Amino acid sequence: MLFWVNTCTIFNRNKELSHNKEYSMKNKSLVSITDYSKADYLKILEVAADFEQNSYQNLLNGKVIASLFFEPSTRTRLSFESAINRLGGKCIGISDSSTSSVTKGETLYDTIKVVSNYSELIVMRHPLEGSARYASEQSKVPVVNAGDGANQHPTQTLLDLYSIYKTQEKLDNINIFMVGDLKFGRTVHSLLMAMSEFNATFNFISPDELKMPEEYKMHLDKIGLSYNEQRDLDESILGADIVYMTRVQKERFSDLIEYERTKNAYVLKSEMLKGAKENMKVLHPLPRVNEIDLDVDESTHAYYFDQARNGVFVRQAIIALILGLK
Amino acid sequence: MNNKLEVSAIKDGTVIDHIPADSLFKAINILHLDTIGETITFGTNFISKRLGRKAIIKLANIYFKDSDINRIALVAPAAKLNIIKDYKVIEKRIVEVPDEITGIVKCVNPKCITNHEDIVTRFQIIDKEKIQLHCHFCEKITDKEHLNVL
Repeated sequence: MLFWVNTCTIFNRNKELSHNKEYSMKNKSLVSITDYSKADYLKILEVAADFEQNSYQNLLNGKVIASLFFEPSTRTRLSFESAINRLGGKCIGISDSSTSSVTKGETLYDTIKVVSNYSELIVMRHPLEGSARYASEQSKVPVVNAGDGANQHPTQTLLDLYSIYKTQEKLDNINIFMVGDLKFGRTVHSLLMAMSEFNATFNFISPDELKMPEEYKMHLDKIGLSYNEQRDLDESILGADIVYMTRVQKERFSDLIEYERTKNAYVLKSEMLKGAKENMKVLHPLPRVNEIDLDVDESTHAYYFDQARNGVFVRQAIIALILGLK
Repeated sequence: MNNKLEVSAIKDGTVIDHIPADSLFKAINILHLDTIGETITFGTNFISKRLGRKAIIKLANIYFKDSDINRIALVAPAAKLNIIKDYKVIEKRIVEVPDEITGIVKCVNPKCITNHEDIVTRFQIIDKEKIQLHCHFCEKITDKEHLNVL
């Protein structure tokens, strides 16, 4: 129970901050994390904390939400569907494009035009990049992007922010280490953009082939935030508030010998966390393969499963705010 | 040797000069000159101090709006327009790289939705000197080296 009280206290403390600034998510699609403002982020986090205390609130009261997953997903789809159910909504949709009219050659345009007649809001995952932006411009109802190829996955970023907020009791001045595939990982790119609003210090640890792209480093340079880049996953992480692990995938390497050489260099083991700051938490967007040893799960620093749980409350908050129910 | 261009003068119309030689056909495509019924003369590989080799287009009885002509700024940022009336240059204009461009360039990202459905491409130009285009849809950057005109 103490945990709930703590969470509530943190958000009450920051309520004033979000109330003082303008936020307006009503009827506004969420395609990219940069569509929303810092005040929006704080409002979502505040409402998510409310849902964490009292998750089952019949705000949707039978309203229909469409869940269109054009490619397979386990966590994200179930997390959204759990959020919709907890809000008392009804969920319609597809979980695999092979069982939909897409196999008959229907365009995304037609699908969105039709489905936006059937629902109050569309949650969509699609393998093509830019599909969510396009859908949001064709749809009569707001669209929430649940992942468009390697482009954006903003609800993941918001649940990452919520997890950081809960574990650190603040978002400002966090020392964050991002580890693994920083080139292709959409989660680290969006998290960088969001955390750059809160004066974070960034540390990038990756093989040379998977370094953080220049455009993101240029963004940090432009706003005057410092960052450090290194190749080795070493004791420097002991100074971290947040260690954000990602998967190094074989298919990302042009040189397979290089992959073999580096694949075990970005595996977090529990002994590497000895001496870490007490507040340090390890996050991971999941699915994990081998980049976090199972023995880390027992550590007080492991937070990735709680992070996934937080996703339900954050998605409840996003849906409720977009539909003007909070 | 006579250095004069071997193309005839036009009475009324527009001369587009200082087009990089390798961008001539891209400029023709962008301005849809293949659909114009008026007399058009173009020449390429003329020697230019600034560009090395340049191309020139002369269009009889054609005048462009700024918003139309600025579309060629992506492939010919140094292009200059001479507006001709009765064989005289009455106005000189330079092209300006626009802030946003629609339906001219293909997105470099093969996984972009615009390369899979019948969608008009749309870019914000985030660097007007280097010519870097930010896709409105997939958010990837198309640079000058990868610029493909639709």
